Amino acid sequence: MDLTPIWLTLKLAVITTLLLFIIGVPVAWWLSKGRSFFKIVLEAIITMPLVLPPSVLGFYLLMAFNPQRGIGAWLQHTFNIQFVFSFQGLVLASVIYSMPFMIGPVKSALQQLPASLSQASWSLGKSQWQTFTHVLLPNIKPSLLTAIVLTFAHTLGEFGVVLMIGGNIPGVTRVASIAVYDSVEQMDYGSANTYSLILFSITFVLVVAVFVFNKYHLKSPLE
Amino acid sequence: MIRVAIETKLKAYSGQQALRVVREFEAGSIIKIFGPSGSGKTTLLKIIAGFVQPEKGSIVVDGITWLDTHSKISMPPQKRKTGFVFQDYALFPNMTVHEHMTYAASDEAWIGRLLKIGKLETFVAHKPEYLSGGQQQRLAILRALAIKPKLLLMDEPFSALDPKMRSELISDLKLLFTELGTTVLIVSHYPQELEGLTEHELNIH
Repeated sequence: MDLTPIWLTLKLAVITTLLLFIIGVPVAWWLSKGRSFFKIVLEAIITMPLVLPPSVLGFYLLMAFNPQRGIGAWLQHTFNIQFVFSFQGLVLASVIYSMPFMIGPVKSALQQLPASLSQASWSLGKSQWQTFTHVLLPNIKPSLLTAIVLTFAHTLGEFGVVLMIGGNIPGVTRVASIAVYDSVEQMDYGSANTYSLILFSITFVLVVAVFVFNKYHLKSPLE
Repeated sequence: MIRVAIETKLKAYSGQQALRVVREFEAGSIIKIFGPSGSGKTTLLKIIAGFVQPEKGSIVVDGITWLDTHSKISMPPQKRKTGFVFQDYALFPNMTVHEHMTYAASDEAWIGRLLKIGKLETFVAHKPEYLSGGQQQRLAILRALAIKPKLLLMDEPFSALDPKMRSELISDLKLLFTELGTTVLIVSHYPQELEGLTEHELNIH
């Protein structure tokens, strides 16, 4: 039984979650402040992966990063980076695909904090950044945890997008969800069952952990 | 000397209402602001602190322009550094009483003195959720005073205190205001609770 797809999936989920935490939390903060037309459009674009078929997103990414033309060719020739059929392509697709799961809960939690919390901090002479790190972020811990776990769990379960941009290269882009599909195609139900059980267990434990943590903080993870 | 001349529209249930204040406040004076609900008392304090922008007007404090809509000058709240006591206290749920004070100031002797005045010395390790309403309100006042503000804006600051506690706190605060030379603007629905503290008043209709 080859466990490489499981390790590859976990590696992809960790890197994606880390990148989305670094990118997504400041973006969520920025989106939570005021509402301009530009912000509304950007938020709609960020939310698209929630409603778009994953294969559609994967198809557009495949077209955009085709090494034969456009941006894909430029990246290939200038930086020797290829996103199609490579692990970095999976990371890029996962970051885009899971972005609403990181940004949504964090933005919503920040908007629910009373404006007077930030104002009190500013009146003490604290900068926007100090207010964000010392006052706002510590008071949305349950939502931060929810966002991290949802992003991680969602990345574990990706199929359509990763198949389109990454294909099915063993050890490179063959993640667990693709390995399940591949095993079934080859009538190897034993391996499919093992991969599925491992994915189910990891996801179940994570989601239960979030519910338990948020119950302790008297808040539903869906809030 | 603080010169305030502002005009803005307030959103009200019955439509829009105008808030117009033109007034000078002497440095070191204590002024009570009163008026009916929805007349713009809290908005006035937030405009002075820099949280809300009026449609037009100017605010000049000790010769420094904080706001001038004509010249598009608006000093950020961080630079105005007005002490602000919020009606909802706006305490930080993640911080203990002591952390609230050290977030605002680093002078431990000053913090200790304030905590004694607010009778919170024995609650330094408590977070706001474990304090009574009166203790929370006192912490909000002490936090605002921790920065030794030249201008203190208080929105219903004594509403949760019993008469004895309020009277003791007011007499201690009066001494502190004189010592710091702080100008104080206090919004209250019950002007009689400020007896003995304020000498001037501003009625907003």
